[in-house]
Amino acid sequence: MRIVVQDAPFDFGAEAAGFAAGRHDMGAVVTFTGIVRDRPGGGLQAMEIEHYPGMTQKALEQITVEAIDRWSLGDALVIHRFGRLEPGEQIMMVATAAPHRKDAFEAAEYLMDYLKSRAPFWKKEYCAETGTWVAAKDEDEAALTRW
Amino acid sequence: MDVLYFAWVRERIGLPRETVQTQATTVADLVAELRAREDRYAAAFEDLSALRVAVDQELTDFDAPLAGVREVAFFPPMTGG
Repeated sequence: MRIVVQDAPFDFGAEAAGFAAGRHDMGAVVTFTGIVRDRPGGGLQAMEIEHYPGMTQKALEQITVEAIDRWSLGDALVIHRFGRLEPGEQIMMVATAAPHRKDAFEAAEYLMDYLKSRAPFWKKEYCAETGTWVAAKDEDEAALTRW
Repeated sequence: MDVLYFAWVRERIGLPRETVQTQATTVADLVAELRAREDRYAAAFEDLSALRVAVDQELTDFDAPLAGVREVAFFPPMTGG
């Protein structure tokens, strides 16, 4: 398991390749990358991601350990950035390795659902120099009930 | 104990963290004390359903006890991912 919380960009291709390399007992590797999405028609200048240093790492570890146990994963990787990001930049990625694809896919979705609502990150969007905090969606909280 | 604020809670109160001397026995008691301080606290804690709390860096709820606790953090629902 590897959990990384950083402000610097990461190289998704290199991370995915490194994560998948040398596994002989894992038949499936699933990766997901989250990207800063511009508003329809444009206008988003940047997104500022705040987090809770100290708790962030711990919360991500708890969520990841839960996923590893539940789907018997061979390994899992979570990278999440904070600070100022512009549209098109990668915010975060998860990778899961399991003997079979169903477990790898489900575990990746579980990680995404949980880190959206249970890891201490907050997004603020800047449009025309005005910052607006992104509100949590009811559907994100509802997504946890399926697990 | 240290009290931390994040996102719009931090902005509304006007500081990221402070040390608070308190006899409060639960998070809810601490919230009541903070609310009574000044308008900016009252504004930040107006609607508890819009807030989440972590005690010693673990998510919990507002009736959590504070005995032996070193750090309490208040913030809006998280929006990671």
